[in-house]
Amino acid sequence: MLELSHVHKVYRVGAFGAGTMRAVRDVSLVVRPGEVVSLIGESGSGKSTLGKMVLGLTKPTQGTITFEGNDVTRLRGFGAKKEYYRHVQGVFQDPFSSFNPIFKADRVFEMIRTSYFPAISDAAWRAKVLDVVGTVRLDPDNVLNKYPHQLSGGQLQRLLIARALLLDIRLLVADEIISMLDASTRIDVLNLLADLKERGLGILFVTHDLSLGNYVSDRSVILRKGAIAEMGPTRRVFENPLHPYSRHLLSCVPQLHRTWAEVDAELAANPPEDVELPTVAEGDDSAPLVEAEEGHFVGIDQR
Amino acid sequence: MTLRVKDLKVYYQTLRGDVHALDGVSFDLADGEIMGLAGESGCGKTTLGKSLIRLDGRMRHVGGTIELNGAEVPITDERAMNPLRYHEISLIPQYAMSALNPTRKIGRMINELLRARGVRPSKVADELRRRLELVGLDPDVLNRFPIELSGGMKQRVVMVMATLLDPSLLIADEATSALDVSTQRSVAESMVEFRDRGFVKSMIFVTHDISLVYQMADTVMVMYAGQVAEKGPASTIINDPQHPYTKMLIGALPEVGSTTTEARLEGIPGTPPGLLKPPTGCRFKERCPIASEECDETPPLVEIDTGHWAACWKTGR
Amino acid sequence: MSNVAGAPGADAATPAEPVAERGRSEILHFAGRNPKLLIGAGVVLTLLLTGLIGPLFVDHGPNEYIGPKNQPPSGEYWLGTTSFGQDIWAQFVYGLRSTFMIGALGGGIAFLLGTTIGFLAGYKGGIVDEILNLITNVVLVLPTLVVLIVAVSYLQVEGLLVQGLFIGLTSWPWAARAVRSQALTLANRDYVDLARLSGRRTWRIITSEIAPNMSSYLMMSFILLFGGAILIAAGLDFIGLGPAGGVSLGLMLESSMQWSALQLGLWWWFIPPGAGITAIVGSMYILNVGLDEVFNPKLREL
Repeated sequence: MLELSHVHKVYRVGAFGAGTMRAVRDVSLVVRPGEVVSLIGESGSGKSTLGKMVLGLTKPTQGTITFEGNDVTRLRGFGAKKEYYRHVQGVFQDPFSSFNPIFKADRVFEMIRTSYFPAISDAAWRAKVLDVVGTVRLDPDNVLNKYPHQLSGGQLQRLLIARALLLDIRLLVADEIISMLDASTRIDVLNLLADLKERGLGILFVTHDLSLGNYVSDRSVILRKGAIAEMGPTRRVFENPLHPYSRHLLSCVPQLHRTWAEVDAELAANPPEDVELPTVAEGDDSAPLVEAEEGHFVGIDQR
Repeated sequence: MTLRVKDLKVYYQTLRGDVHALDGVSFDLADGEIMGLAGESGCGKTTLGKSLIRLDGRMRHVGGTIELNGAEVPITDERAMNPLRYHEISLIPQYAMSALNPTRKIGRMINELLRARGVRPSKVADELRRRLELVGLDPDVLNRFPIELSGGMKQRVVMVMATLLDPSLLIADEATSALDVSTQRSVAESMVEFRDRGFVKSMIFVTHDISLVYQMADTVMVMYAGQVAEKGPASTIINDPQHPYTKMLIGALPEVGSTTTEARLEGIPGTPPGLLKPPTGCRFKERCPIASEECDETPPLVEIDTGHWAACWKTGR
Repeated sequence: MSNVAGAPGADAATPAEPVAERGRSEILHFAGRNPKLLIGAGVVLTLLLTGLIGPLFVDHGPNEYIGPKNQPPSGEYWLGTTSFGQDIWAQFVYGLRSTFMIGALGGGIAFLLGTTIGFLAGYKGGIVDEILNLITNVVLVLPTLVVLIVAVSYLQVEGLLVQGLFIGLTSWPWAARAVRSQALTLANRDYVDLARLSGRRTWRIITSEIAPNMSSYLMMSFILLFGGAILIAAGLDFIGLGPAGGVSLGLMLESSMQWSALQLGLWWWFIPPGAGITAIVGSMYILNVGLDEVFNPKLREL
């Protein structure tokens, strides 16, 4: 459904664009219908840039992003983009900044209506809104006709997901959508994503939190400095991390029932087998992957 | 006993009335104890951290006492607090990283801070270098500007700065929350080491991340809606919590290894009560699955086991 | 006050109060107790009303020679007469009117140009930004007054409209720069991205997402441009480049100087226009500072 092929993003920085900064390096991946793919990485890993590129908010410097056979980077004109957004939508990290603070929260629904359903009757629209609000398990009386600051972060994020569901979406880009939420509500949003997945949606789940990426996703992609370090079925990536960086990350995640010391001791007791990492020549900006086991890839080691 | 807080009440003044941000908080902190202070946003954990060192303009001390090493902390008296700050009580604020003045070199900034506290910089210069090395920083950072340092380096500099005079109490407010996981681990471990070496006597580590608390804290205090819900040894709070709120909160945390396909975790329905006009009785009763009539009365914070305190009628006997 | 710990919960629990109303009442609350705002607005409004209503009560043209010459203020001629027997009160009220006109016209044109260019540059970014920025900087470094003097004297522009147009065309750059920097930060907000994902056109996004969030900022820019336009117009009038045959506070000053009112001690001739210009522009700046304090919570005195 969604396919990224050798995508690069280079930013010009400094006065007159003298310097360059490589945010994304040679990333290729696919998202299939009914599949949640987690993009996991620390700050500067390029994970959010990838999300933005898929949403057409910024263009890749090199490479193609195809959605159902059409090249997203070559969408020309307002009409083509609008059609694309009928099927691909995003939800962002900060629920409070996703809503224009001076308007009521429902306005995000109204925007969809004026853009995509100008002819629909009031009653039919109301029914549609109530339907999606129910789908995200919100009580319409509690959330409609309210200002953003009167709602909690979890409610706002669910409203944004409801907004996306008004359209005939097939792919949802969820960019750190729960990192600003409180622990007691973030799990509800995660469960909602799992529901959507069961309805056949493809989800690109961008996160910095390994335990969250692990909870919902079918496949995980661990990014480092813009390139893929490791990619594979979530279970395999977490149970048998092959890339030294993934191992390091996993050993640093604070876990609820195991202390760091216990994790280190375990790691020392059963040292993981080493895999041969792909290498690239100096100055080569590609980032090849090697298939270590079925569907489980490791990438280059960047220092 | 290092710190004893009794029935502390601090309200925020707003145009619409007082927000009861801290409404009767009591706890003790022993020598050498690292206490993790956890809770959701708006539960008063940051306010508690601030109240122990400095009340800002909108905060009003309504009642309760704070005792440090047997002497009362004159929290309402700005002038009397001044000699205590930094010498006895020190703070690593949330966003400490951006609080560094970008136009001053780190070394100069530290010297100015020391002079302002009446300490000759040369007296602690060697110690400063030793401690920077201890947290894995080249003493050369003193000649650099904050912008030249990464987030983790800045956070370590702030940590060294805050503990340079060996305070009795260090309050770290979300000190590692903005860091990447790998940096977070090393900063958190340095904090524990500082305690082990006696650079700080005891520490309150404010965070929303309970799994991080489990890694480094000896005890955990969970707050809800301006009050203490439960306090106890870290392993007890994580593995055998008694307060229904703590139970549900910990039950809602996905772990590395848990997936939706195996078992779905449940969140806590509802939202915390507003603190402008807080409800009477137990503040968690609206969201509590086992609430009953007796919860209309405010449950006292009682010791249900040695060092394990909870404020709930269902556990308090 | 929503950043107080516990406040979000509080708001969720008390559904009655809509925020826009609360925001508005809060602003009114502060506006009502801000002396700078009240004094500034009071003076500007009084002068505006005088300019609007005053001429209705004057039954002769401002430049007609109707009375005795060189009369000090009296019951009949409130502000006295000129060396030619013109009624200074009549000149003053008509002058106020045209002074406000030039402010609205020049300031308005500059505001429209400046905000349009600023919004486009800030929102679009990239090459559009660079080109617009270049134009802005070029106009910004032009010695405005010199250009105006040359243009006005060569083109023989002798009307309020044309004068306003010239002022508008030369005084927009700083507004453009200010709006651009604001729009630049707002354009990166998530709700702007969300509007894009909702299939909104650029112009709709700028007018309905970005501009309303900086309305106070825009209002203040307009006030400053307004005051600036009045000052420039007065300066042009004073050096004899104003609309001929018209009347304005600047022209009054010019003719009073030309006919040696100062030396002859005809203080009632030059003080009213001078004080009028000073009062309008000065109180506008005070009004602006007051507005800033009202809209910017950091400057509020609690």
